Amino acid sequence: MSKSIITPAKEFEDVLTPDYKDLVDNGPYNRSTPVTVDDLGSFREITEPHPHCAGCGVALGIRLGLASLPAPEDTIIIGTPGCAYFALTQSAVPYSCTAFGNQNSVATGLKRMLRVRHPDKVKDVLVMVGDGGVADIGLDYTLHSWFRRENIATVMLDNEVYGNTGGQESGMTVQGAVLNMAPTGKKFPKIPVFELSKTSGCVYAVKTTVASPKKVGTAIRRAILTAREVGPSYVQIYTPCPTNLKFSPDKSLEYAKEVEKTYYRYEEYITEEASEYLRGIGELKCC
Amino acid sequence: MIQEKYRVLPGPEGFVPVTAALMGAVLPDAGGAFVEGGIVPETDALGLIAEKLANAKRPAICPGPLLMWQWNDAVAPKAAAVRELAGACGAKIYPMPDYRSKSPRINPEIEISVNHPNITILHNDIDVCLFAGVHSHYANFALRMIRGGTSCYTICLSDYAASDEAMISLRDIDAAKIAAITTKIKSSTGRS
Repeated sequence: MSKSIITPAKEFEDVLTPDYKDLVDNGPYNRSTPVTVDDLGSFREITEPHPHCAGCGVALGIRLGLASLPAPEDTIIIGTPGCAYFALTQSAVPYSCTAFGNQNSVATGLKRMLRVRHPDKVKDVLVMVGDGGVADIGLDYTLHSWFRRENIATVMLDNEVYGNTGGQESGMTVQGAVLNMAPTGKKFPKIPVFELSKTSGCVYAVKTTVASPKKVGTAIRRAILTAREVGPSYVQIYTPCPTNLKFSPDKSLEYAKEVEKTYYRYEEYITEEASEYLRGIGELKCC
Repeated sequence: MIQEKYRVLPGPEGFVPVTAALMGAVLPDAGGAFVEGGIVPETDALGLIAEKLANAKRPAICPGPLLMWQWNDAVAPKAAAVRELAGACGAKIYPMPDYRSKSPRINPEIEISVNHPNITILHNDIDVCLFAGVHSHYANFALRMIRGGTSCYTICLSDYAASDEAMISLRDIDAAKIAAITTKIKSSTGRS
């Protein structure tokens, strides 16, 4: 069934617009070897031109994420309000935007329902939301989905601010940061969601930045694969916001590289069970 | 105070019109069809649809994802029937392959978007449009926008319970019903 839903009905094939034809002919669906971030630029991407700000780290994080799906034709992305919505809603995979913070609860129900509806087929449910969705408004739902060991992968696109509502501080904003709507600076440190993921049931967790695209790609692919069979997974990606952090849009990657040297050093956490599974499917090299 | 029964008629009704359901419109049971706010026998509605399409100056057919993609075996006969219908009434086809928004906007010359259907309707001066294969919740959304902002006469062929936001809507649509409309158009226009 999954392949048939991206096969045009021949009666209307001639009126299908060029962008859809290109997506059908050159998109990342149903490839024997899934595309990776290395292939970006060589295939029709899932997401269309989007209205994100110039230099947006979130937009880059989404592109990298969408280029790393092991099976895009069988993936459903769950989001929540925030900057990530803009590009995700234009992506050519099923996408659902939930009430703010509800994403992991909705993903839970969806994953369970898909197992019943398609018992012979693996359907990946990927949560891709901002820091406000995971660390603030949706923290309880996120943690509880991990406590329950739900088979869903959660990706946080951490721009450290509520970007599209004017620049309010989030739980992930660094202590002392001054923002448009936080003129006296943030009073407490970043919420340690990555650490919480390790103690709350995630079998695989990574902290990285968009300045390391291959690491982002590998992390998201592994997170989805482990979520299929082993348990919940979490990827936290630093996605700088030039608009609210007030730097030039062409400096986003430089900014992310600097942050990578300090509090966003690459970290990968993997349980023995997840490690064994990934080795078994050739995703992780032995020893 | 006696209120007149609300009729679902071509607009423009204004920005964000109230839903037809809220104004009292109800959907037909099997064998019935929805016509301008009331319920008539399905056979009558087939004739009305044929009449509207045959007399339209610039008719359009907007196939949605349920017809644009080969997702089950029922698609092909229905898609072929809709294609023949378009040929019989001289309708141009504006596809709606999915419901994504496109930035900065769609090309109204060749497609229609559920998020801003009026761009295509107004750009091409479409006077009668027929939706087929569009999921009900999105069809209602788009048809209400068309009713709100244009004078286009809308028809919806629904796989399930019909749409109360279209001026005419058939429920439980299949290839035979679509073919019946085509036959009526051909007999009224003299085309074979």
